[in-house]
Amino acid sequence: MREVAIVAAGMTRFGELWQTSLRDLFVDAATEALNAAGVDRLDAIFVGSMASGQFVGQEHIGPLCADHLGMAGVAAMRVESACASGGMALRAGFAEVASGLSDLVLVAGVEKMNDGADATAVLATAADQETEAYQGVTFPGLYAMIARAHMETYGTTEEELAAVAVKSHRHGALNPKAQFGRVVDLQSVMTSTLVADPLRLLHCSPVTDGAAAVLLCPLRDAKRFTDRPVKLIGSGVATGAMALADRADPAFLDAVQLSAERAYRMAAIGPGDVHVAEVHDCFSIAEICCIEALGLVERGHGRHAAPSGETALGGRVPVNTSGGLKAKGHPVGATGVAQVIEVFEQLRGEAGDRQVADARFGLTQNMGGSGASSVVHILERV
Amino acid sequence: MPSPRYWREIPGRYRLEAGRCHGCGKVVYPTRRICPACRGAEFEPVLLSRRGRVVTSTVLRVSPDDFVMESPYAMAIVETPERVRLMVQVTDCEPSTVQPGMEVTLEFRLIRKEGQSGILCYGHKAVPVVAADTARSR
Repeated sequence: MREVAIVAAGMTRFGELWQTSLRDLFVDAATEALNAAGVDRLDAIFVGSMASGQFVGQEHIGPLCADHLGMAGVAAMRVESACASGGMALRAGFAEVASGLSDLVLVAGVEKMNDGADATAVLATAADQETEAYQGVTFPGLYAMIARAHMETYGTTEEELAAVAVKSHRHGALNPKAQFGRVVDLQSVMTSTLVADPLRLLHCSPVTDGAAAVLLCPLRDAKRFTDRPVKLIGSGVATGAMALADRADPAFLDAVQLSAERAYRMAAIGPGDVHVAEVHDCFSIAEICCIEALGLVERGHGRHAAPSGETALGGRVPVNTSGGLKAKGHPVGATGVAQVIEVFEQLRGEAGDRQVADARFGLTQNMGGSGASSVVHILERV
Repeated sequence: MPSPRYWREIPGRYRLEAGRCHGCGKVVYPTRRICPACRGAEFEPVLLSRRGRVVTSTVLRVSPDDFVMESPYAMAIVETPERVRLMVQVTDCEPSTVQPGMEVTLEFRLIRKEGQSGILCYGHKAVPVVAADTARSR
């Protein structure tokens, strides 16, 4: 396998972007990445999108994206794994370069969620249709059941859940591309509208339009495109039971743990070496469960991380410095790539007010559904 | 939902028919081609007990369109004595009283009506044991 580097990144602002179409979101992010590297040709494009067909009626977006980038002819394909589509696209692009199949690969993620579709209904298609969606459960409902199981098992409190959202907004307020550039206090989170008990509106990531793109090449060629490449040293993918009811412990994300073990093994580092992480906080409880499954904290101790400041900027291991899915926004297919961009910028020292001092190793974790698929990547400063 | 798809799922939805794996004895609901525990491919049909215990739960206050009339409603993962877990609505009670550990029965109910002219979809919902006893004594 060849060593692989990320050499450039591009990302739209995240938010309700009514003036911008799916195709133009992709082109804006892709163009920024290509320009940063001074590149005008590609060997392949991988684009992650969860549900372009349901959100805007457009399937077959591999060629659509290539065409609108002015590159019809290039190899292009879409990757789908619900909300983990972006992270899985990066996995595909990584394998493409590592294997020697291609030398210059654009990995993008895009989702246009605000175009008239019923977002909750579309997202629910990532659940098991016969045993979950049929009965009337939604994604907030599934994560609410994970939250209640965590509270029951470990004594996690509503205040500890709310502290995660407060932290995410504090970070997001420092990110000019975030959907929500404002801070929220504990009180406003804890009194926001109940969506699915015990989860409230401010525990939930929003409905977002956006795109993100990164450029990959073999490490040996990286200096042709940038002075500060970032090495992709670990990639792990795993699956778990599709339906939440079929998981041995509904408060634990097995697939996240398994994907992390695989990524750590490839990277030859452990969770204690991670200096900065972007994890899949689609709901406040998800961040708590993810940092436990990733080994960043002990199992059952995730509840203490946000209240103690351990995972805040300046803490032991800052998590979701971008604002996370909660405050930065969650255009589902783009999220996994956007996470990688935050860590890419952190390792290059370009994160501005959100900069984590002297970070060498960074981790991204992106999951689909209620945790049935997960992908972890580990990046290293060169 | 196209009716052939609905019809296919009837054994599980109407009769709570599950499959017991010949290889390891695990009961799978709904039944499958391959056992998730041992990869065995032979199952015998088994009917689930119509009772169980709440493992975890929530109250859905923002519901899918087809369920707006029922909102807010409780949903729970219920474990039956066969160690099978089902995702079900919990009904005939105040939704916020549904908590982990609660004993329930599983009853045949209407689950959803699809749109203006769609088919009526049936299945099972959970009812707290206390509420079920009260209803019977009325």
